Amino acid sequence: MKEVVVLSGKGGTGKTSLVASFAALAQSKVLVDCDVDAADLYLLLKPQITEENEFWSGQVAFIDKEECTECGLCQEMCRFGAIKDYFVDKISCEGCGLCSQICPVNAIIMQSCMAGRWFISETSYGTLIHAKLGITEENSGKLVTLVRNSARLVAEEEKFDYIISDGPSGIGCPVIASLSGANLALLVIEPTLSGIHDLERVIGVCRHFGIPILVCINKYDINEENSYRIEDYCHKSDIEVAVKIPFDNVVTEAIVEGLPVVEYSDGKVTQQVRELWKIVSVKLNN
Amino acid sequence: MIISVASGKGGTGKTLVAVNLALTLSDVYRVQLLDCDVEEPNAHIFLHLATNRSEAVVIPVPRVDETKCTYCGRCAEVCVYNAIAVLKGKVLVFPELCHGCGACSYLCPESAISEEGREIGVVETGDSGNMEFIQGRLAIGEPMAPPIIREVKKHIDRVGEVIIDVPPGTSCPVVEAVKNSDFCLLVTEPTPFGLNDLSLAVELVRKLQIPCGVIINRSGVGDEKVEQYCQEQGIPILLKIPLDRNIATLYSKGIPLIAGMPEWRRVFVTLFQNIKQINSASQVVK
Repeated sequence: MKEVVVLSGKGGTGKTSLVASFAALAQSKVLVDCDVDAADLYLLLKPQITEENEFWSGQVAFIDKEECTECGLCQEMCRFGAIKDYFVDKISCEGCGLCSQICPVNAIIMQSCMAGRWFISETSYGTLIHAKLGITEENSGKLVTLVRNSARLVAEEEKFDYIISDGPSGIGCPVIASLSGANLALLVIEPTLSGIHDLERVIGVCRHFGIPILVCINKYDINEENSYRIEDYCHKSDIEVAVKIPFDNVVTEAIVEGLPVVEYSDGKVTQQVRELWKIVSVKLNN
Repeated sequence: MIISVASGKGGTGKTLVAVNLALTLSDVYRVQLLDCDVEEPNAHIFLHLATNRSEAVVIPVPRVDETKCTYCGRCAEVCVYNAIAVLKGKVLVFPELCHGCGACSYLCPESAISEEGREIGVVETGDSGNMEFIQGRLAIGEPMAPPIIREVKKHIDRVGEVIIDVPPGTSCPVVEAVKNSDFCLLVTEPTPFGLNDLSLAVELVRKLQIPCGVIINRSGVGDEKVEQYCQEQGIPILLKIPLDRNIATLYSKGIPLIAGMPEWRRVFVTLFQNIKQINSASQVVK
């Protein structure tokens, strides 16, 4: 069983459209949406939820007004500025529990929070593991690890060949959680200066964790000069650029229709995406 | 006034809006532009101004004096982040997991734990005319963006107008970047992905009780559902930016829209006036 995670650094470069297309092209796989705080893959794969689970993670402090003597020690010691006027701002509280440990009259208790939900679903393309982190919640990295572990379990039980994972944007905690131990990171880049800047940073993270990299340039014809720069940069960094996908409005049209683009059109984009999946699967099996 | 520019979904045009609004306002007002997308900061690409001051962002992590330590295990017991473990005759610290809450050092019965700063990124600043630019940059391989965002926001002096470029998503880094703003601009695109992530972002700003307005980017692609949603929810659509190859090309080259197409300057002036009006109306309601 091999796992590919699709990442980009910069958001909105086409990760989800690609993953949905891989879902239609690949045999013997489980799909996982690791973008737990703005999950969109379900909009294209139309899952029927078969199992729904709560995600309990972290705690927040609660001050019992009856017991509190307003000594102010908790406010003074909280490093996150989460206690003002003997009241805990739940959004700022990072759940460390120091206040509850040091309160001289034991007026502070720590309460567990339900930080989100995660789902095992069936789609016409196979099993999808996805999640919804509560708005303003923390611990997205832990939820990513949870959905990935669940996907691994499904893949092992069903003896699937692949785990195909839609990654979050950025380079922080949820990205690191979606990346560690994967067999391949497919980086989807658009040829803008922002895209190039972000590519360099996301390559840095992949290398930091020792994950093999493959690059795909999306909408390459929006700025061909920048696309050459990306190819040149990748060549010098010893990274393979697998395919260059042209800009085509069919990608957006497919999203509006709620379909993977390879199921919607047979044009150049679809040809390149098919080629890309071929290259990805060869890489994974090497 | 502090205006944050957020989106839920990545790649919808937050940076485009934040940079052009800030540049337009800096003709007349003193402006601070804060790039709080510290995982992938891009605003600097459009500004061509040298950041000439750089300060390290450090978080305190424990340092154990093993000559005093009795391996009682209290530190490991109070650390909810599992960043410190006590084995037979050895204390292990995992700095990447540490949130710097200080519980271990405060509660160590032998006073064997002190704290030392660990660098997790930088804040860089630079000036150009009326504009002060401040950006945060998370170091590669580091998971925690919020401490850097907090440091960037400490630079807010409220002398003039403040524009904040927010990271994508709806979890803790977004909350850190958006909170305490007077108004939040939500940039989206007219597709099912854009709508899904916009509705999450709306939930977030409502939870934080910040008035908001919507900007639809790449207007003309996709469908009408974003506009329907805004109407139903009573959220004003403040601007539509059409899908236009010239705009995309300027963006790809790192040229601000108002520099390449000066007629847009007036549009951003109007946008600011509308925000001010909505904001003063909502002040009255409060």
